[in-house]
Amino acid sequence: MSPAQWDLPPELCCRPMAFVALTGLDVVYNAVHRAIWDAFCANRRADRVPISFKVLPGDHEYPKCRTKRTSYEWYIPKGILKTGWMNKHLNLVPALVVLFYELDWDEPQWKEKQSECATKVEIVRTSLQGRNTKVAVVLIQKKTPLPPGEDVMASERAAALCNACDLSGKSLFVLPHTDHLVGYIIRLENAFYEHAQTYYYTEIRRVKSHKEFLNKTTHQLLFVRHQFKTAFFSELKQDTQNALKYYRAAYSLIHELRTHETNILEIKTMAGFINYKICRLCFQHNTPLDAIAQFRKHIDLCKKKIGSAELAFEHAAWMSKQFQYFGDLFDEAIKLGLTAIQTQNPGFYYQQAAHYAQERKRLAFQLCGGPEANLGYPAPDPLETPTGILDFYGQRAWRQGHQSIDPPDPEKEKGGILALQGREKEVPHSELIIALLSNAVAQFKKYKCPRMKSRLMVQMGEEYYHTKDYAKALKLLDYVMCDYRTERWWGLLTSILGTALRCSYLMAQVKDYVSYSMELVGRASMLREDQKSRIQKNVAKVLKNEPPEAEPDCDPSAVKAAQALWNERGSQASGEDLILEVQDSVPFVQCKARFLHPSFHLDVPVQLHVFLLTDSPHPVRFSKLCVSLSNQDYNQYCVVDSLGQAPAQEDMCLVPGRTHRYSFRFVARPEDVGKKIEITGVDLMLGSENGRCIFLNWRGGGGDAASSHEALQATRSFKRRGRLPENEVDWDTVSIQASTMIISRVPRISVQLHHEPPALNNEMYCMMVTIQSHEDIVARDLKLTAGLKPGQDANLSHTTHVTLDGSKMCDDSHRALLPDIPMGDLQPQEKMEKPLSIRCSTTGPRIFLVHVAYTVDTCIEGRDIVCKCHKDETVTIETVVPFEVAVKFVSTKFEHLEHVFVDVPFLLMTDILSMSPWPLHLVTSELQLAPTMAAVDQPASQVEEVVLQTGESASECFCLTCPPVHHGTTGVASGQYVMSWKRKSANATIPVVNTVITLPHVAVETIPLYVHADLPSFGRVRESLPVKYHIQNRTAIVQEVEMSVEPSDAFMFSGLKQVRLRILPGTEQDMLYNFYPLMAGYQMLPLLNINLLRLPAVSGQLLRRFLPSRIFIKVTFNGPANSGIETAAKLACWLHLHLFLEQMLFPM
Amino acid sequence: IELKFHYTVHTSLDVVEEKVSAVGKVIVDQRELYLGLLYPTEDYKVYGYVTNSKVKFVIVVDSSNTSLRDNEIRSMFRKLHNSFTDVMCNPFYNPGDPIQSKVFDSMVSSMMVQTC
Repeated sequence: MSPAQWDLPPELCCRPMAFVALTGLDVVYNAVHRAIWDAFCANRRADRVPISFKVLPGDHEYPKCRTKRTSYEWYIPKGILKTGWMNKHLNLVPALVVLFYELDWDEPQWKEKQSECATKVEIVRTSLQGRNTKVAVVLIQKKTPLPPGEDVMASERAAALCNACDLSGKSLFVLPHTDHLVGYIIRLENAFYEHAQTYYYTEIRRVKSHKEFLNKTTHQLLFVRHQFKTAFFSELKQDTQNALKYYRAAYSLIHELRTHETNILEIKTMAGFINYKICRLCFQHNTPLDAIAQFRKHIDLCKKKIGSAELAFEHAAWMSKQFQYFGDLFDEAIKLGLTAIQTQNPGFYYQQAAHYAQERKRLAFQLCGGPEANLGYPAPDPLETPTGILDFYGQRAWRQGHQSIDPPDPEKEKGGILALQGREKEVPHSELIIALLSNAVAQFKKYKCPRMKSRLMVQMGEEYYHTKDYAKALKLLDYVMCDYRTERWWGLLTSILGTALRCSYLMAQVKDYVSYSMELVGRASMLREDQKSRIQKNVAKVLKNEPPEAEPDCDPSAVKAAQALWNERGSQASGEDLILEVQDSVPFVQCKARFLHPSFHLDVPVQLHVFLLTDSPHPVRFSKLCVSLSNQDYNQYCVVDSLGQAPAQEDMCLVPGRTHRYSFRFVARPEDVGKKIEITGVDLMLGSENGRCIFLNWRGGGGDAASSHEALQATRSFKRRGRLPENEVDWDTVSIQASTMIISRVPRISVQLHHEPPALNNEMYCMMVTIQSHEDIVARDLKLTAGLKPGQDANLSHTTHVTLDGSKMCDDSHRALLPDIPMGDLQPQEKMEKPLSIRCSTTGPRIFLVHVAYTVDTCIEGRDIVCKCHKDETVTIETVVPFEVAVKFVSTKFEHLEHVFVDVPFLLMTDILSMSPWPLHLVTSELQLAPTMAAVDQPASQVEEVVLQTGESASECFCLTCPPVHHGTTGVASGQYVMSWKRKSANATIPVVNTVITLPHVAVETIPLYVHADLPSFGRVRESLPVKYHIQNRTAIVQEVEMSVEPSDAFMFSGLKQVRLRILPGTEQDMLYNFYPLMAGYQMLPLLNINLLRLPAVSGQLLRRFLPSRIFIKVTFNGPANSGIETAAKLACWLHLHLFLEQMLFPM
Repeated sequence: IELKFHYTVHTSLDVVEEKVSAVGKVIVDQRELYLGLLYPTEDYKVYGYVTNSKVKFVIVVDSSNTSLRDNEIRSMFRKLHNSFTDVMCNPFYNPGDPIQSKVFDSMVSSMMVQTC
């Protein structure tokens, strides 16, 4: 039996296809025949009918058919299925034999050819004696045949040929050798396929027909055999549905067989075959659940059928194969489109297969002994058979065909078992296991089972360990270790580490050995104390360059080899340094490094603590501790070693469970100001120069794979920890601080700002900067930077100007920020003042910065360093509008004017309202008139030297006229109003601010007629009041004016009551009236109506606006009562005159 | 043997993870805590249960044990969950630390005794 004893035979695993033999083809020498053969077998695609073709010589001997049994009465079957049977029907006994023969219908020597063909057919027939195999003849012709029925000779000769060869017409074919060869071939093979189908159908009938002769007591095996054969033929016939049915029947029959120790292997073998077929067909029919169910049933039924106890490994091997084959089938189905899920994928079957393979290995070891054990192989090999193969599947070579319960010869049986055990010892179990495991790993990877994958990889690693392939084992274990570490499954990690440690010991890998040992001794390990103690002692030995003690459970021979290796290592490797990265594992020494503060001032030494804690059973002595920093210049200050200023020896020894603290301090360099100093790593050296040195290296500020979680737990915990003695620290309270900032020295000066906010728009705002030194030594190179703080709105820097010279007004040439104004040195306690002037040309808040920088020389811990210090002050200053100016145009009667009239005087009024919180000093004001305006008199400022408090206002009034304008101009510029002012508190040197207010445009109109009146400012009751009206014609034509005076209750008057007159262009007409007031107080003057006859648009109302409407009438003091009569007489006289004039002027 | 159980439980987390993430997409609030049978092996049946705070419980039962139906397993998980909640409610318990509650231990052992 071969090592592949448990493999399924290939004829079982293939897809059965109808077997058709082709004879009469000379594929070697005849090109036509070769082409025909190629057309049959080359490029068979899936749409071609499933046939397996074979070229055989015409006189090929087919397997002989045994004489048919007529009765089964005395027949006792020797086994279930012959080993050759499947192959026989797949490859040896054809369903159809096709004879190819070159013959054209118009062959001249027809007779001879016909009989030759008949002879050839006869030879084939004889060779197939007793079989149902069909025979067909294909005539290879050179000419294309005519359509059927037209070629009379062809049909005659065809009939004759059929007759001669004893063929039915259906079995004679013609293959014209023309261009369309493949097309003809496809038609031919379809016809062959039909013949084959019929053949297999008859075969099935034949097998079924045996059934009635069988009886249940002696022919149980035949029931199974026949069902199997029927199913197999059905498969050949491509009737997979029925095949499945028959296989299922066969499967249930096989479990009805009586099982005993001698036939159990045969039963299991056959059950395995049939199960394989069923599962395969189920997958093919796309019913994977049926396949799985069948397989489960199969396993459940067969699990307990172990058979001979001495050959228990055979059962395990068989089980393993069952799972493996099912996994293969499953996987194949998936490749063809089946979808598997996480919990049901081929991986599980491979895993189980691996499990049984391990079981097999265990049993084999147990039953066959270790590799040294020699059982003695029996001399004539009982496993050899005369033919080299077995007659029936699953039988024993030394007792083939034996079907009774007891073995025929106990002696032979013993020999056979011994031989099997001997062979089992040769089997490379681990290889099988690893192959299965890696299959499973691949599957689980595909179905997202990372943990399952890790677990299987551990198993693979362990298997490699058993095969002594330690390097591969370590590689696998190392790979998965970190997964278990990050998920904190310490129990599993410990077990893996144990294996890894043994591997590294056996290979004498010092670095790995120490690394695994340290983790096994550390807190993540679940080993017992005594184990840890043993491992730690081994580490100590390695450090002394001595070989460590062997790990328990190691193979003794391997240990011997390992010891030799260790001795070799020891002799060659003195003083070699091993650097172990411990960040990603959980070593037995923990490290945390921290700067005492997140930042240090330059003049303070930087302080750094390194905490170490060991959780090993024994104290750990180290020989050096050093810290690497991002600036390597400082590294020299952060070393603890046995040389130099040696600390006490006990400091170099870590006591388990106690937190050890190592402090370092150094002075930072001035150029590192503003930079970060980081701990890039901590190195702890174990061992000594004369032994072996091992550096444990922590990247950054320490910590390891478990520490971050521990720190989290510690912060959550509220547990009160017992008070620790002085100088001891609780490990959990220490946090890592891996970096610190170096910042400049704290300045010891004061900067004060004196000013009076808010700033007024455009003024030169004064700010006094007072700097006072509180240093003990001279502050050198004082520099002041002042102005608008950078980083604000960009517009602000254009509208803000800063200067040191407050006596002149700033303009755009001044900058917003004055940098680095040198101020010289400042003695201790000295005070320095610097005035600043700021001009803000827009309102709103601004942040101003005053930055004072200086240097001092200091000495820290014996090192002289120059410290740069600086102090910043910022202040937010609001800028506000100092005052508001309102301008309005009014008439001389102080009436509001929509527009002004040419050459008619009007008033311009300005109102200045102070908005400033500080008193405002108005120095002067000036009216700068536009050419389109003229002042009636010399305008002088009326608000000169006025001081306005908050909310107060000042007004000015100017009388102006507007000279004639071009016709059509509607608005004219008025000019500018300039205010000169400063803040009241400002001293004399501060320049005056000139604020220019542009006066509004005003609408101008010309009027054709201008009327104004001359009259005294008041009148007295019963005293004559002369009023003169001037009527001016401003047009270039003669104007006809009609005017009348309306009577009034308050006045009597004399003068023309109603008159019509003409006024020449540009001249003025005066009208004199004498009013005689009758009542005291403000009195309405008699209304003067003027109508321009030429220009009716100009109404009297408009003109009346130029005239005073009222006058104040005082009471007379001296007038005696009797004078009233006189007055009345005078009045009557006036009235007369009036009437007379009227009549004279306006004759009716 | 204990190691094997550790591995069994650890690998079952693959399935738990997958199930939780699949369910998480649908409805978070009305998630069924009991995940049912995670995966069958030859020897054991592994059941899973995940609380709303993603604490996972796993029960491993011998394959041959047929007395425990789905409902029994479910009620076992409930009991376990309740007891676990009690432990969590203990103000002196620091979440994440190993559970050292006598009540919890005895509850678990009584459950084990019952099923055996």
